[in-house]
Amino acid sequence: MIEAHSLCKQFGAIRAVNEVSFLAQNGQITGLLGPNGAGKSTCLRMMYGVLTPDSGSARIDGIEMRGETSLARARLGVLPHATGLYGNLTARENIAYFGALHGISRAAIRARVAALARTLNMEEFIDRRAKGFSQGQRIKVALARALVHEPQNLLLDEPTNGLDVMAIRNVREMLLQLKAAGHCIVFSSHVMQEVAALCDQVIIIGQGRVLAHDTPAAIRAASGAATLEAAFIQLLDGAEASI
Amino acid sequence: MRALFTVFVKEVLENFRDRRTLVSALLFGPLFGPILFGAMVSRMLDQSVTESDEVLSLSISGDAHAPNLTRFLESHGVQLKKSTLSESEARAQVAKGKAQVVLIVPREYAERFIAAMPAPLLLVADSTDSQARKTAERARMLLANYNSGIAQLRLQVRGVNPLLVMPIAVNEVDIATPSGRAVIVLGFMTYFVLFAVLMGGLYLAIDSTAGERERGSLEALLCLPVARASLVGGKILATCAFMGISLAISLAAFVVVFQFVALERLGMSANLSANTAVLLFAICLPFIPLGATLMTFVASFTRSYREAQTYLTSVLLVPTLPIAFASIYSLRTQSSLMLIPSLSQHLLMTSVLKDEPIAIADFLVSAGSSLIFALILGWLVARHWRRETLLG
Repeated sequence: MIEAHSLCKQFGAIRAVNEVSFLAQNGQITGLLGPNGAGKSTCLRMMYGVLTPDSGSARIDGIEMRGETSLARARLGVLPHATGLYGNLTARENIAYFGALHGISRAAIRARVAALARTLNMEEFIDRRAKGFSQGQRIKVALARALVHEPQNLLLDEPTNGLDVMAIRNVREMLLQLKAAGHCIVFSSHVMQEVAALCDQVIIIGQGRVLAHDTPAAIRAASGAATLEAAFIQLLDGAEASI
Repeated sequence: MRALFTVFVKEVLENFRDRRTLVSALLFGPLFGPILFGAMVSRMLDQSVTESDEVLSLSISGDAHAPNLTRFLESHGVQLKKSTLSESEARAQVAKGKAQVVLIVPREYAERFIAAMPAPLLLVADSTDSQARKTAERARMLLANYNSGIAQLRLQVRGVNPLLVMPIAVNEVDIATPSGRAVIVLGFMTYFVLFAVLMGGLYLAIDSTAGERERGSLEALLCLPVARASLVGGKILATCAFMGISLAISLAAFVVVFQFVALERLGMSANLSANTAVLLFAICLPFIPLGATLMTFVASFTRSYREAQTYLTSVLLVPTLPIAFASIYSLRTQSSLMLIPSLSQHLLMTSVLKDEPIAIADFLVSAGSSLIFALILGWLVARHWRRETLLG
């Protein structure tokens, strides 16, 4: 379970995130939808604890995300926007490194990496150095790195960015599997179809504020638009008009 | 603690696989100094050998006017190249580099010599050419000897005691010990040793902060339930390890170079056996954490790999400042100077190389002050890593 309580963040004169609150339940996929620069990444960064909110708080399974060694971190898997790997380490070593930093035993890491390599279709390149990896291979490794400690909750910042069709399908299937296993998943995206197809609930963010928060169908119905995309554009236009 | 060790192991492994790091840390950094040093000292040796052993060769014009002088020069082993150059021709020859030093005996020389008037001689040389300057200097000395010899004879013939015109006799006493003269040369050497230390950690310091950020792996790392101090501590420790390896290689190379370079022939003695090298290693050891934290600190504030490279290259020069200062003011080992890192290591290493005893207290102060600076810098690095601006 991931909660955001009135998160606010200001960079100089710019209010990047303004009173964002929501609750993401276990066994559900929650999509953060918004145009570029709407504050999605800032919001996620506060939730996974690399930015400190000016006010408000984020909670993972009811534990506040505060401090470097917060227990909240151990219950969270994160795929940040930047998915850089260590080029001189193999995919396996990259994943194992994060496992070791989570304090998992070597044997457990070995088993876990093998399982992830299977589910994410990485067996072919798992023992190759990450230097020449394609974007798709990199994201898979970064995703495996986020999942190595079997976290209950997942925060993913644009996980399908730069992936080809097959890889996107792979990621979607995996998210659905994780959902079925009862995990709580929050991901951000600006790809409408993806959000409409995957999410149980959608949070539309514009100019740092929550513009709508409901199931995709309900958002569409409330706006009277035919598609989620149309509803999205209507909401953004409305937000601009109100300022 | 466990996280710190995990980070350390990973950084060491990763950097051992990186060719650029290996070349700079284990090859270029530690070997550059010893090789340059060896070349420099051999060159100095060559030059000093030339000075004392080589035959002095002079071009002489108009030797027929001064047969006695010519005989004197030849009897002192001077190789005379006889020519008939006029003054302007001689100037041209010297300017073109065809002749190094030309001695011209003008026509009126004999006449004035016989009349006991000062007889003119012309010595043409280019003093900006250091080789020619030395040759001219040697020629001048010989001519001065000839001059005083003739003067004494003239006085004796006239019944005057020649000692009358020598009111004083100066005896020079040079108290420089052979080792003392080596100080400047050794100053280079100690800098090269400290340079090797810093080069050893250069790429790790860049990679562990600016590199991690530029590569986009930093954010994921900061999401982990690990104290930031452990993360950066492990990185600094890995940097220290590479610096230590680089230092050891550099000292070993110096031991080898000293086997081949005969410093005694330069009137210097410096002792660098394997045992001394171990002592030097101990002296430099506290400088390692200081170098590692300093480089990590500087690299933490840079935005990109390239920027970090630029700033850290200038950090490589930092240890030269106190050393240069010390040689300009010819500072001698004293306790208060032991508080200054790099200078204290320089002074202690120089003492060891000159076979002078070093005080345990000095060694402890040097180590202590370096470690305190390292702790302060380490604390600043850890504080910077807790800021959110770290992500850039």
